[in-house]
Amino acid sequence: MKIMNRIDIKFKALRKAKKKAFIAFITAGDPNLKTTKELVLAFEKAGVDIVELGVPFSDPLADGPTIQSSSQRALQQHVTLEKIIQLVKDIRRYSEIPIALMTYYNPVFAMGEAVFVKKAAQAGVDGVIIPDLPPEEGKNLIKLTAAYQLAMVQFLSPTTTLARTKRIIQSASGFIYFVSVTGVTGARTQAPVDFMSHVKKAQRLTKKPICVGFGVSTPQQVQKIAQSADGVIVGSAIINQILQQKGKKDLVKNTAQFVRRLTKVL
Amino acid sequence: MSLPDKTGHFGEFGGRYAPETLMALLEDLERIFHSLKSDKAFQKEFQHYLKEYAGRPTNLYSAQRLSAHLKTLKVYLKREDLLHTGAHKINNTLGQVLVAKKMGKTRIIAETGAGQHGVATATACALMGLQCEIYMGAEDVERQALNVFRMKLMGAKVIPVESGSKTLKDAMNEAIRDWVTNVQNTFYIIGSVAGMHPYPVMVRDFQAVIGREARKQFLIKEKKLPDYLLACIGGGSNAMGLFHAFYTDKKVKMIGVEAAGCGLNTQQHAAPLAKGKIGVLHGSKSLLMQTPDGQIQIAHSIAAGLDYPGVGPEHAYYQQSGRAEYVAVNDHEAIKGLKLLSQTEGIIPALETAHAIAYLEKLAKKVKKKSTVIVCLSGRGDKDVASIKDLI
Repeated sequence: MKIMNRIDIKFKALRKAKKKAFIAFITAGDPNLKTTKELVLAFEKAGVDIVELGVPFSDPLADGPTIQSSSQRALQQHVTLEKIIQLVKDIRRYSEIPIALMTYYNPVFAMGEAVFVKKAAQAGVDGVIIPDLPPEEGKNLIKLTAAYQLAMVQFLSPTTTLARTKRIIQSASGFIYFVSVTGVTGARTQAPVDFMSHVKKAQRLTKKPICVGFGVSTPQQVQKIAQSADGVIVGSAIINQILQQKGKKDLVKNTAQFVRRLTKVL
Repeated sequence: MSLPDKTGHFGEFGGRYAPETLMALLEDLERIFHSLKSDKAFQKEFQHYLKEYAGRPTNLYSAQRLSAHLKTLKVYLKREDLLHTGAHKINNTLGQVLVAKKMGKTRIIAETGAGQHGVATATACALMGLQCEIYMGAEDVERQALNVFRMKLMGAKVIPVESGSKTLKDAMNEAIRDWVTNVQNTFYIIGSVAGMHPYPVMVRDFQAVIGREARKQFLIKEKKLPDYLLACIGGGSNAMGLFHAFYTDKKVKMIGVEAAGCGLNTQQHAAPLAKGKIGVLHGSKSLLMQTPDGQIQIAHSIAAGLDYPGVGPEHAYYQQSGRAEYVAVNDHEAIKGLKLLSQTEGIIPALETAHAIAYLEKLAKKVKKKSTVIVCLSGRGDKDVASIKDLI
C-alpha cells in the first residue's frame, strides 16, 4: 500500500468531516527563523490545516510587492534552503502539521534535486511547490519526490487549456494549486470572479484536492471560494499582518488571531 | 542536429521554466512563430520593413586605419550602428511586433537595459500604432537619460523599476509580472536571446540576418570566409545574430566578449560564461552569476546593456560544445576600445560594442599570422557620450 504523507492524510480527514482546507503561506525567515517556527506552531492552534513555507529568492517573478519585500527581508537574515529544511526538522519535534516548501526552482537546482528531495523528506517536509517549474521541465523532480513520498503540487490557471489541464492533473500530487487570477501574488480587495467555472471543470476531471490561491485576503473571500474549492490559500494578507506587527512582542499572538478569523469561516 | 530541440533545449540549456499562466500562450507563440517561418506574406512584410524602414542591408566596412593600428588583423565592421535607432535591436523588435499583430495583441511591453531595446521597441510600436510600455531599472533610467527621452517622445511609457538591483534583471522581472497579469492582450518583446522557449530561437532567427548578410558580403570582398567573428555579449543577441549563419563553417572561429566590469576576480562583473554556474532565471536554464545557495547575484558593467547576470542558453551551449570561445574585457579596457575606434575610424561605438573593439588589441597579439575578423558593430555610442565624458 502507498504510504500517505501528512498532506494526503489531512485531506482524507477533511473530506470525511466534509471540511475545507485552510492553507497559510509565510516566508521562512521573515522577520527571522525563530519567529517563523513560533508562527507555524501558533497557526496549527489557530486552525490552519497546511503550512506553505516560502523559500526566499532574489528574483521572485511570480510574486507581487508584499512577498517580494518579504523575501528581501528574509534574505537579509541570510536564510537559505538548507536552513529552512533544518527549521522543518526542528518544528517536527513539536508538531505534525503538514508542511510544503514553496520555492523557485533555482535554489533547488543549486542544491541538487536528489539532495534536496532526500534532505527535505528526512526533515519531515511533506510537499514541494515550484511556480517556475512546469511538469514539462519537472519530470526528474516528479520522479524523485514520488520515491520519497513527497507531494509535488502542480499549478492550474485560468489560461490553462483543457489538454494541459489533463496532463497537469496526472502529474500532480498532494493537491492542485489553482491560481485564481492571471497575475502575481498579492492581496486584492475584490475577490476574483470568473475562475470558479474553471475550478469546477478541473474537479470533474480529478479527485485530487483543488485549492485556490492568489489574491485571497478576507474571511468573506475565504468562505466564498470554499463553497466549491477543496481548500483556500492565503499568503500576502498574513505577511502584511506580520509586517505590521514587526518588532512587537505580541507579533505571533496577533498574527495567529488574524489567521483565526480566516480559518473559522471554514 | 537542429537547435534547439522540440522542447526548446540547446543540449542541457534553454527550456521553458515559466509560471503556468504563461504556458498556454508560450505554446501558442511557438506554434505561430513556427508557421510564420514559412509564411511568404509574413516574410515579405518583415523584409520590407528591414529594408525600407530600418535600412538593411548594413555595410560591411573594411576598417583600414584600425587594421593598420592592429597590424596583424584585417578588420571588417558589420555596421549595425547605422540602422534606424542606432543598434541591431530594431531587427528583432520589427519581427516580434509583426508576430504580436498576427496574434491579435494590442499592447506591447519590453524590458531594457541600455535603452537600445526599449527605443527599438518604442519605435516599432509607433510604426505599427501599438500601445507600448517599457520597464527599465531606475539606475539605468538615470544613466541613459537620452534614450528615456527618445522612448517617451515616440509615445511609449517608461516605467522605472525600483526593486532589486534596479537594472536589467529587475526590469525583466517586472516585465514578466506585467505579462502574467495582462497575458490576454499583451505581447512581451524580449530583447535578447534569453527567456523561455521560443524566445531564444525567435530572437536568434530575427537577428540572424546580421550573419547572413556579413557572410555574403565578406565572400564577395575577400573570396573566402573570415578567420574570426567577434561580438560583445550581454544576453547575446548581436553575437548570436552574427554567429548563427556561420555555425557550420567550422573553420570560422567565434569569440564572444563578456563584460569583466571591475575585473573577473572581483564580484563586480557581468561574465556568467567565464565565472557563472548553471541555473534557471527568467525562464531558461543557462549560466548564471549566483551564490552557492542559488540566489542571483548583481552584475556590474559600465555598459548598461551588458549588465545582466545571465546569458542566452545557446551561448552556454556554444561554449560547452566548444563551438565558440568566450572572453571578457573590463570597464577600463572598454573605454580604451571606445576611444580607439573613435580616433582611428571616426566611429563612436556604444559602450557595449566597445568591449568587442577592446578585445581586438588582445586578439591581434595572439594570432600567429595575418588574420581577418568581422566585428559586429552592434550599436552607436551617442547614448553613452554624456555618461562617459568624465571618465575619458
